[in-house]
Amino acid sequence: MRQERKADFLASLAQRRRTLAKGWYKYSRNPLSVLGLVVLVLIGLAAALAPHITPYPAQAGAYTDFQNAGKPPSFEHFFGTDRIGRDVFTRVVFGYRFSLLLGIVVLGLGVAPGVVLGLIAGYHRGTWVEAVIMRTTDVFLAVPPLVLALAITAMLTPNLLNEMFAIALLWWPWYCRLVFAVSSSLRSQFFVREAELSGASEAHILFREMLPNCLAPILTKMTLDMGIVILLGASLSFIGLGAQPPTPCLGTMVADGAKRLPGEWWGTIFPALAIVIVILAFNLVGDGLRDVFAVEEV
Amino acid sequence: MLSPSRVLEGAVKDTMLKYIGLRLVQSVFVLFGLSILIFFIARVVPGDPARAMMGYLATQDQLQAVRVEMHLDKSFPVQYYYWLRGLLHGDLGRSAYTKRPVVTDLVQYIPATLELILFATLISVVLGQAMGILAGYFRNSWFDGVSRLVSYLGIATPSFVIAILLMFFFSQVLHLAPSVGRIPIMMTAPPTVTGFMVLDSLLAGQFSTALVALTHLVLPAFSLAVIHIAQEGRITRSSIAENLGKDYITMHRVHGIRTSRIVFKYLLRPSIIPTVTVMGLDFAFLMSNAFLVELVFMWPGFARYALTTMLNKDLNAMVAVVLVIGLTFAVVNLLVDILITFLDPTVRIQRRGG
Repeated sequence: MRQERKADFLASLAQRRRTLAKGWYKYSRNPLSVLGLVVLVLIGLAAALAPHITPYPAQAGAYTDFQNAGKPPSFEHFFGTDRIGRDVFTRVVFGYRFSLLLGIVVLGLGVAPGVVLGLIAGYHRGTWVEAVIMRTTDVFLAVPPLVLALAITAMLTPNLLNEMFAIALLWWPWYCRLVFAVSSSLRSQFFVREAELSGASEAHILFREMLPNCLAPILTKMTLDMGIVILLGASLSFIGLGAQPPTPCLGTMVADGAKRLPGEWWGTIFPALAIVIVILAFNLVGDGLRDVFAVEEV
Repeated sequence: MLSPSRVLEGAVKDTMLKYIGLRLVQSVFVLFGLSILIFFIARVVPGDPARAMMGYLATQDQLQAVRVEMHLDKSFPVQYYYWLRGLLHGDLGRSAYTKRPVVTDLVQYIPATLELILFATLISVVLGQAMGILAGYFRNSWFDGVSRLVSYLGIATPSFVIAILLMFFFSQVLHLAPSVGRIPIMMTAPPTVTGFMVLDSLLAGQFSTALVALTHLVLPAFSLAVIHIAQEGRITRSSIAENLGKDYITMHRVHGIRTSRIVFKYLLRPSIIPTVTVMGLDFAFLMSNAFLVELVFMWPGFARYALTTMLNKDLNAMVAVVLVIGLTFAVVNLLVDILITFLDPTVRIQRRGG
């Protein structure tokens, strides 16, 4: 008996490995997606190890050195120094920490409620439960997220925590709508009917039967959304409603450096390029996943 | 006697009207919900809203006066009721920031943003289509590769980064275009008729002002347009590349129809519907990106007004601007839906059946 179970387990493991290998094969067909993945891994590592690999970790936050203010890019300072003498390269790498943290926290908080509500609405399709959930979703999607995020953050004290809170509050409807689209079509399929007839609980049907079938589009959308959330966060901090100085935040750095254009261009252009690169990388990886999972539209 | 096609047309028109009516009702409900949501956000501001509006120098009497004027001393539903009653009378309250009725402010600032957005839409349609047609027709050529790269970059670049880069290169380094405002301070603005600076100047016969206003318009409009050029270009490209190898195109070629006619008449047609759909969705995003672009170029428009009022916790104005954006989104999407029903026979038949 135990032997059998072990054999089953090993077989399923081998099956999984084959699926994974096949997925990677499909993914690696697109050189741009592979490039995006490599860039993301590099950015992730750099952000995680920021205090150890940056040349001047002390200059990331509150620090002034007017002797070295506004120096152009050189071997000592790859991206030059900003208007109060901090190393721009160091601050960009530290800035990635906050961008990635924002993306992870927002999606971590925002996706789960959206998925659960979407599953419930899909399971109860055609009833008042669906109507309440989906019409509420419509209200949240009636204006672009940036506008509502601005309204919420402007009402609260501007800081990183409130920025995360505001964006997370706006992120569940997108997943609710996505999951609803998939789950409401699963609702009438035989395996869901069968589970229902065999007396499975609603929780079992939602999370064990329906959820696994929604994972591919959810995962793809999450990858693409990391880019969008980082973009939104950068926009908020560009306006001044995100993390406050001296926190090294990419959007704030762009806004701050823009005051010194065109002379000290490095203070703006490098953080701006850093934002573009990370968003681009997430988009490329998301596109690759879309090919692997053959997801039509997310 | 009615021909069968006439009957069909009548039935289509009937269901169309029903469908539009349904969408209208839905939009009204969504906007109603949105007004509650934004009203709630504006009223749960931590601390005293009256204090937030009046600043730290206001006396107790002044604060009390504001509370009474905005009904802040009443419960939340009662406040909402007063606000809704005002809305039905065309009164959105007074802006705490400009000290004027919010409606007056909106009328003043909306045309500047509309001018910007319409110009951006024009740019994105022309350039997006051109890029898409060329890339699709010469697929897998160097131009296709370049346009793919441009699209990827266009989608990944925040509009404020584009705005700053354009301002840096074209106005600060190359001095090709002015960087801020709608017209130079020294110049007299034409009398306001439409609120569109370029159009008003032409109406007033001030051609040099019109030209200057146009040069002010180019960079901010282009900053807004880039992402949409990228998106529309990709859609057109894939549609054209997909249809290029189909039999009906080969057929036209064999018949000796000019290439330009094949491209513009037969290849472009299937891409119109997705393009129109995306343009509708994009309109609201143009409005939200305008928040950032107007900030960079100091464009005295609606988005900049909206941003300023939000930053100043101007509750009445904030509720109004969010609702205006929601309303625009709803109206544009409705128009797009109607347009698509006219453009696409399959949608027409589906909606009639369903």
